[in-house]
Amino acid sequence: MAITPEEVRRIAELARLEIPPEREGRMVGELSAVLEFVATLDRLDLAGCESTSFASTATPLRDDVPDGRRLTNDQALEMAPSREHGFFLVPPIVENVNP
Amino acid sequence: MNRADAWRHSARATAAAVRDGALRAADAVESGWEGPGRTWEDSVHAMVHADPAARSAGAASVAAGPLAGVPVVVKDNLCTTEYPTTCGSKILAGYRPPYDATVIRRLRAAGAVVTGKGNMDEFAMGSSTEYSAYGPTRNPYDLARVPGGSSGGPAAAVAYGLAPIGLGSDTGGSVRQPAAFCGVFGLKPTYGRLSRYGLVAFGSSLDQVGIFARHAGDVALTYEVLAGSDPCDATTRPGAAPDVSGWDSGVRGLRFGWPANLWAKSVDRDVIDGLEEAAAALERAGAERVPFDFLPGEYAVATYYLVATAEASSNLARFDGVRYGFRHPDGDDVRQLYVKTRSAGFGPEVQRRILLGTYALSAGYYDAYYLKAQRARTRIRREYQDAFARCDFMLLPAAPTLAFRIGEKTEDPLAMYLSDIFTIGANLAGIPGLTVPVGLAPSGLPRAVQLLGPEDSEPALLRAGRALEVRGDGARLARTHETEFPWPTKR
Repeated sequence: MAITPEEVRRIAELARLEIPPEREGRMVGELSAVLEFVATLDRLDLAGCESTSFASTATPLRDDVPDGRRLTNDQALEMAPSREHGFFLVPPIVENVNP
Repeated sequence: MNRADAWRHSARATAAAVRDGALRAADAVESGWEGPGRTWEDSVHAMVHADPAARSAGAASVAAGPLAGVPVVVKDNLCTTEYPTTCGSKILAGYRPPYDATVIRRLRAAGAVVTGKGNMDEFAMGSSTEYSAYGPTRNPYDLARVPGGSSGGPAAAVAYGLAPIGLGSDTGGSVRQPAAFCGVFGLKPTYGRLSRYGLVAFGSSLDQVGIFARHAGDVALTYEVLAGSDPCDATTRPGAAPDVSGWDSGVRGLRFGWPANLWAKSVDRDVIDGLEEAAAALERAGAERVPFDFLPGEYAVATYYLVATAEASSNLARFDGVRYGFRHPDGDDVRQLYVKTRSAGFGPEVQRRILLGTYALSAGYYDAYYLKAQRARTRIRREYQDAFARCDFMLLPAAPTLAFRIGEKTEDPLAMYLSDIFTIGANLAGIPGLTVPVGLAPSGLPRAVQLLGPEDSEPALLRAGRALEVRGDGARLARTHETEFPWPTKR
């Protein structure tokens, strides 16, 4: 199944990526080729097959007790590209906010 | 054993010499850098982060454990406090984690020293180590060829002698396929046997830390050190890991599956020759061959490229230029910050897979793609269960070809994906797999076979791997000749 340039732009928007116009045609072709290959699954008999999401079967439980591992505020911020007053600093999130 | 020749020895022998005081840990660690490292590293480019001061600090205080003084090459997606952890990506350039992965902590507790970080395809997405933002790694057996991937750096470094052990990660074959291309052992354990805490996530239901070594006994030794449940990773299996101490006890009485329909077409003659020689060797050693047909690998590849990309699109959402790594300077608002940072920070293959996964999960396509793949995964698991009702493990190729040429598949993503056709099924089913080198082809390139077994079958896989441990001339490697290995030669 082929994917259209409009669909590629839509999923790029969802994934917070931008595909430059000169690479868009190639991306459409490559994704279409993979999706055509994936259609191989239409030939597989899946009668009686529920979905598997994890290979393991049981969720291990433990007592809800803190184990002492923690990052300090400084450690958490140490690798941030920009920080201020103990917080991550980012550009404006909300538009039209009066300074 | 001394500083000049320690690099030729197994991890087991090196650790014994260090514990006995016959070899200093610093000499054990520097041996690989001063010997084969000088010959090979500039041309192979297996390593992305190395630091003599960090090595020397590590060697100064090694524990007297089973890996005392043993240098280990670690893939660059495992968090280490003394080296950057960049996942082969620009988006993590310079990132230094504030904590060590559980497997790194266990290595250190056993006396091992991280000797550097190995190169990889960006975020482990690739089969050739050509998609690293820090340049490709080359195969030491032929510098015009790839080492495989995505853990190509650790595989190449172990093959040329920098260290006797490497750690990689295997989401669809990223340990087993480069092990085959570089002629070393490569174990992907049962899902959940090794902790993923501190392994940068790609496909969380598929990812598993794996082990490279030149000798089956060193794989067993490292597995014993690393395997076991971890309170920091809720997907680790509870209870004790299987006992692999019988790795050298032979294969008498074991049955191995022989799914010859899988290599009836599109598999190189050299690969088939290696399989047939390995099967004959196992039979001579007392194992029984059980022929049957198995589900063709195309279905597993198709399933994988929906499941793994869907999980990746979710896992890689965290790279947004806010908390760590690269931030694009031009983001005027936070949305533009995300878009510009991710578009400039991720390479083309990572962007391709994020888009594919986002598509498979998006409204209107979820049932047709992701849900169908999850159901196919169940079918594939059942196929393995049926097969292992008839045998203890299966013998099959690790890859359809020997190491391919640099540039051969980079323009055709689907062709690259199909180089994992024999390894992907194990990740979908959560079962262990072991790549076993079986000497060199007439071209001088390494050959290998793969063994796949049911959950927790690592003991049987290692027994068989040991039985197949061969020199280049096909003779069984005696334990007294452990420094012998079909080492690459510079040409």
